[in-house]
Amino acid sequence: MATSDAIIKITSCSKHFGPVRAIDDVSFDIARGEFFSLLGASGCGKTTLLRLLAGFEQPTKGNIFIDGQGMAGVAPNHRPTNMVFQSYAIFPHLDVRRNIGYGLRDAGLSKKELDGKIDQMLELIKLPGFGSRAAHQLSGGQRQRIALARALIKRPKVLLLDEPLGALDKKLREEMQLELRALQRNVGITFVFVTHDQEEALTMSDRIAVISQGKVLQIDTPTSLYESPNCKEVAGFIGTMNFFDGTVKSMEEANAVVDAGPLGDVRTRPFAAKLPASGASITVAIRPEKINLNPSRPSASHNVIEGRMSAAAYLGDRSHYYVAVKGRNAPIAVAAQNVNAARSWLGGQDQPVWLSWREDSVILLDR
Amino acid sequence: MADRAGVLTSPAPIVRQDSRIQRFFLRHEWARGYALLSPTLAVMVLAMCLPVFMLAAHSFWTQNYLTIDETFTLANYEQALGWLWGAEGAKPIYIRLLWKSMQISFGVTVTTLILAYPFAYFLAFKVRRNKNLWIILISVPFLTSYLLRVFTWKIILGFNGVINSGLMSLGIISEPLEFLLYNPTAVLIVLAHAWAAFAILPIYVSLEKIDRSLLEAATDLGDGPFRRFWRITWPLSVPGVIASGLLVFIPTVGDYVTPKLVGGTEGIMIGNIIQSQFGKANNWPLGSALSIVMAIAITIVVLIFLYVMSLGRVRAK
Amino acid sequence: MSTRADAGQPVEYSPSKVVEGNRYGWLFVYAVLYIAFLYVPPLFLPLFSFNDSIYVAFPIKGFTFEWYRQMAKSTGLLDALYNSLKVGAVVCLASTLFGMLAAKAMTRYTMPGKGPMASFIMLPLVVPGIILGIALLVLTNQVGLELSLFTIGVSHVLICVPFGMLVLISRLEGFDKSLEEASLDLGVNAWKTFWRVTVPLALPGIIASIMLTFLISFDEFILAFFLAGNEVTLPIYIWSQLRFPAKLPSVLALGTLILTVTMVLVAVAEWIRRRGTATTKPTAG
Repeated sequence: MATSDAIIKITSCSKHFGPVRAIDDVSFDIARGEFFSLLGASGCGKTTLLRLLAGFEQPTKGNIFIDGQGMAGVAPNHRPTNMVFQSYAIFPHLDVRRNIGYGLRDAGLSKKELDGKIDQMLELIKLPGFGSRAAHQLSGGQRQRIALARALIKRPKVLLLDEPLGALDKKLREEMQLELRALQRNVGITFVFVTHDQEEALTMSDRIAVISQGKVLQIDTPTSLYESPNCKEVAGFIGTMNFFDGTVKSMEEANAVVDAGPLGDVRTRPFAAKLPASGASITVAIRPEKINLNPSRPSASHNVIEGRMSAAAYLGDRSHYYVAVKGRNAPIAVAAQNVNAARSWLGGQDQPVWLSWREDSVILLDR
Repeated sequence: MADRAGVLTSPAPIVRQDSRIQRFFLRHEWARGYALLSPTLAVMVLAMCLPVFMLAAHSFWTQNYLTIDETFTLANYEQALGWLWGAEGAKPIYIRLLWKSMQISFGVTVTTLILAYPFAYFLAFKVRRNKNLWIILISVPFLTSYLLRVFTWKIILGFNGVINSGLMSLGIISEPLEFLLYNPTAVLIVLAHAWAAFAILPIYVSLEKIDRSLLEAATDLGDGPFRRFWRITWPLSVPGVIASGLLVFIPTVGDYVTPKLVGGTEGIMIGNIIQSQFGKANNWPLGSALSIVMAIAITIVVLIFLYVMSLGRVRAK
Repeated sequence: MSTRADAGQPVEYSPSKVVEGNRYGWLFVYAVLYIAFLYVPPLFLPLFSFNDSIYVAFPIKGFTFEWYRQMAKSTGLLDALYNSLKVGAVVCLASTLFGMLAAKAMTRYTMPGKGPMASFIMLPLVVPGIILGIALLVLTNQVGLELSLFTIGVSHVLICVPFGMLVLISRLEGFDKSLEEASLDLGVNAWKTFWRVTVPLALPGIIASIMLTFLISFDEFILAFFLAGNEVTLPIYIWSQLRFPAKLPSVLALGTLILTVTMVLVAVAEWIRRRGTATTKPTAG
């Protein structure tokens, strides 16, 4: 994305809580109108980053610019951001209308104007007629929508969402993911979305920042993040990954030949632009769904290995297999769509099987 | 992007920059916290620290009839404690009274705790609904004036009191018993009654906080009710018992109302002597010194108590 | 064996039984006796307030309203009552305010030295009253201030603030900090947020704090004894009357009245609290 169209600029920002570096020298931009996710395990610093944007915390070092304006020393109530809290923070002593209109109480609007805006918001979140409900009469999903309406009515330049779907059950969560994405396209506001759920981030986001221990590991589109992670940590965090340590033996045209120990020689067309040097220590990574499971030795001359079936899990639409390979402790994970009925040739445990994969399915990562 | 919702068409709010002072508070959470805390801290400093400091200063001065001589002297402390090292003219009365006050307070504390614990246990584990009702039930008697409550004990224990007239009408005794009132035991009974409700609450809170699954786990692992109590419930309620004990012990050492009303000459405590220094005896510096000595003595006892408890808990681990 | 497992029936083992046991066992008997021990002495107040004898002693003579009549005519008593109400009203508001400020600082901010500060504010709970009383007396005398209802009030604020703070801390901990943050986030400044969010949500705690601190001040004697000037509060008046048997029955009458009023207040407060919890309980997750 072009930096000139950045609505948020974070420049070498750090936040320390005592000796803990919750955010450690982070710099990146978020583009106008983007659905941007901060993804990471709990305690990685993603919520702290969101609170830095909202103004509840001030950075120890560095600065944050929102729409070109420095945010140092700007109180949360003076920032052009609004937030949907993890707990929704619906005011329990106010009804739905007063909750939604809370931020406009001092805006100098006439009662009619305010009522009009609140009605529009109720329409937008598909809860018309809910205005007079008391806060305690609302379900989790309704609370979530009202928290959204309450923030959106303020016309923020950036909407911050702190795991807003975490408290909902699975089915409702999937529904809300689509709805939230549609709403974001509709209103055109930049969304910064915090989540620990990688699937959620992949489904909804334009771009995702993967955060670990206060540092941003990679910022990319969902596809790039999944298909070409830039380090072992990202590769392991997003989806499942088989890792093999190896050394680069030689380069054959665009292909690298890697000696991956028990795997033998692995031929790969590196996805990433950079080509490893000969003799470099490297990690070879292959996604489970990119490995083929064969009952007999396939004809290919390379990227084939023999193993024994050690465990299988049937998940309905697909199955997961764990194949033990000589000289390697961890079994190799293989995922296969159950396009036809379950593989009839699979006899069970300890059956010999052959694994194979395409050259361009392999990712090379620094060790 | 198209704004089909139609609510976002008006211009966005303007960012306002805050003043320098506001920015300071914004940057430093501790500064905001202390700014909020400061009025309360000021009250504490002005109404507690400063007066106690003045009290300490007084204890080094001398009373000259109606005026106070502000030259530094340790004479008051010598008068209060000198008997310990055989200082000339020092009387043992203050030390003895302090010791007796400690004993009475200790007795009150132990009695109150022993009486309160089963009740708190009942409230925490046996009462399922309306716990609040029980709590209100135990606090209502304490809404009557403290003085009148102490006074009612005079009615009960007195010469023509409930116990005496009751026993006489039953023919058990022919003459009223005189040992019921005006002695240390009467002080102990009255104080134990006065602090009963206060002692229950901390114990109750610590029992209520115990995770019920711990008790179930203990039972599951083969503990009977008594073993389970001794190994789980009791150790986890010890902090509440300590809090209750301190809450009762510390204020009762300095009490002067109860001993004055039901203690007689035998039952007077250190508080009565201190009070009289600020009244009839009119020797403020000596009174100040005595109260400082009392405060230090209480602190030492409490610290020893806490130390012993901590040793016990380390061993339990 | 297999049939029992297949049926999915609960086994005899019931966790609640294990812990709670028999409800009306010996502990219940003990609790009733304990309540009796607490109640019997104060119940002599109403008994003797209607007793037709100037001596507060057995045997009971007869029924009379005389002491209530005398009480209503005693100007000293009514003045003391009025003074106590005055001091109590100011003290309960001031100490709830200071308690609220401290409670907000304690629950909503991380700051160095928070624990020691909390202990410091709670010190008056564990310092014998007599020490606080004479210390304030000494200071008042030293700075040349007159003893008055004001000095009593200051001492009462001192001992009431810890109670107010404890009550309000437990209330503020009871609701989500993000409610206040949400208000700030929606553009409402800290002062208005306090009035629009914190105060309404902490209201039950504020009322509890006001009631508790009023009752403490109203009944406080140990400090007031040292700090009273010409105007006295009710406990000091009662203390002075304990030596005059003739005045005592009307004091008992007043004690009975106060007990009745406070019991009614406590009942009303509990009723309000129950109605409050009934309507604010969420019906859906």
